[in-house]
Amino acid sequence: MIGMGVVKGMLVTLREFVGTYPWGRGMLRMLRIRPGSGLFTIEYPDVKQEHAERFRYFPFLVYDGTPDNLRCVACKICEQECPPKCIYIEPARDAEGRPVKAHGRTLPARFDIDTSICMSCRICVDVCPFDAIEMDNQYEIAAGDREQELLFDKEKLLRSAEYFEQIKPSEAAVVNQRLSAKAKKPA
Amino acid sequence: MADSTALASDLLEVSLGPQHPSTHGVFRMQTVLDGETIVKLKPVMGYLHRNHEQLGEQMTYIASFPFTDRLDYFCAMTNNLGLAIAIEKLAGIDVTERGEYIRVIMAELTRLVNHTAVTGFLLNDMGAFGTPLLYAFREREKILDLFEMASGSRMMCNYIRPGGVREDLPEGFLEQARRIVDDYPRFLDEFEALLTDNEIIRQRTERVGILPKELAVSAGVTGPMLRASGVDYDIRKVDGYSVYPRFPFKVPLGTVGDVYDRYYVRILEMRESVKILRQALKDIPGGPAISPKGAALTKAPRTFRPPKGDAYGRIEAPKGELGFYLVSDGSNQPWRYHIRAPSFINLTVLEDMCLGRKIADAIIILGAVDIVMGEVDR
Repeated sequence: MIGMGVVKGMLVTLREFVGTYPWGRGMLRMLRIRPGSGLFTIEYPDVKQEHAERFRYFPFLVYDGTPDNLRCVACKICEQECPPKCIYIEPARDAEGRPVKAHGRTLPARFDIDTSICMSCRICVDVCPFDAIEMDNQYEIAAGDREQELLFDKEKLLRSAEYFEQIKPSEAAVVNQRLSAKAKKPA
Repeated sequence: MADSTALASDLLEVSLGPQHPSTHGVFRMQTVLDGETIVKLKPVMGYLHRNHEQLGEQMTYIASFPFTDRLDYFCAMTNNLGLAIAIEKLAGIDVTERGEYIRVIMAELTRLVNHTAVTGFLLNDMGAFGTPLLYAFREREKILDLFEMASGSRMMCNYIRPGGVREDLPEGFLEQARRIVDDYPRFLDEFEALLTDNEIIRQRTERVGILPKELAVSAGVTGPMLRASGVDYDIRKVDGYSVYPRFPFKVPLGTVGDVYDRYYVRILEMRESVKILRQALKDIPGGPAISPKGAALTKAPRTFRPPKGDAYGRIEAPKGELGFYLVSDGSNQPWRYHIRAPSFINLTVLEDMCLGRKIADAIIILGAVDIVMGEVDR
């Protein structure tokens, strides 16, 4: 009969609508109708969605213990491999241009990531031989100014190794295992 | 009564887009109308051109992966897969068994995402604002959660690599995927109850925008659009790439080649995808997710220099045949990098489908082509 298709469709929307209320779900069950998915949205920013552990949003630099003990050795591999070229590194040098060493390695004097260009692809993490750069999961970084606030310098990118363990426990476990295996090997 | 044909009237030129909600992005249709009937339609593209191919020739093979995510941003996983297959052909890289299964799972989940979204949008174009689209997006959301679990990103996955996938699946992925896949047919039933027999939809779509078999083949149309015109051509069957030959599935075909067939073929394809997924999630073997050669080049993209030569890798993306053509000169960057984008080529028959129809039909004909401007313009 003409019009039945429309009526059938309307019943579907009615069921979904009623199913968004607690009383409605009870009623549908009483009528032996399977309730729909129910409420699916959340009220951001009061309620925040939980993200998967691997959720990635902009890289950060890892340090062990004190903030001057960076894992990064300014080797510039990530700078070269970065697809949109958003990383800029300057190794620490003295007045004569010789590399300055601290903690037995050359640290970066400058390490900038332009987050307005970065696309969170994770290639820098994949290529880093020292596990010095990892992905963050902080996504609320809206800023009023693009040059000043979205160009992250070294100080803004620093995070402790504990922070990394806290946000990505299983990934950090693999990294720590690899690092301790490396430390055991005689240099 | 005055004779309407005697009324002196001029043709009217209407420029639809590039800023128009119905054109799915920055696409422009320059139409010439006689009353409301289309007598000429010229697609204008290029508003979203980002120089993707040229950029790809100036960076390493791996560095192109995150950019392929942004081609057809609904189907990042299949875009990655296409490029990975082309690189594997070029350099002769093996894929691990588990890697192949993960790829098939991701590709079929992507097909579900794409087809649910496009049917939702098609209904939106027809004037059913909101409801079907949001039902579709609700389901899409669940699958995007799966992508986030595995790759870390919902849409820009950057997950598949030559030789397998970048990281193995996380704990709990397979269980959640099974739950979602088992629940999917219920959603499809609901969606069909809402739409398939709806008289208004049938009136709007049946015998609208017919694409004859011969024209579809000669214009190089692929994907659900070609199959809706009744041509049995699915690259998963024809090439039998990856581990697809292990899964029994049907290739649904349309009979008329109108908008309704294009809608219904997609629904049926989703049902077949669910079948493939069920089996793949059951049979997935253990072992490494990426081969040693693939892992090495993921870790050090700059050292990867494929031998001189060329390769064309193609897959059945949700929108049609997605092909990547690579020419290597022996350096670590491709000498030529070309993409055969399905939605761009499917768009070439737009005028033939629209001529003689009303302007309102052009909107849904375009909607049923299933275009994403990121891929059309590249």
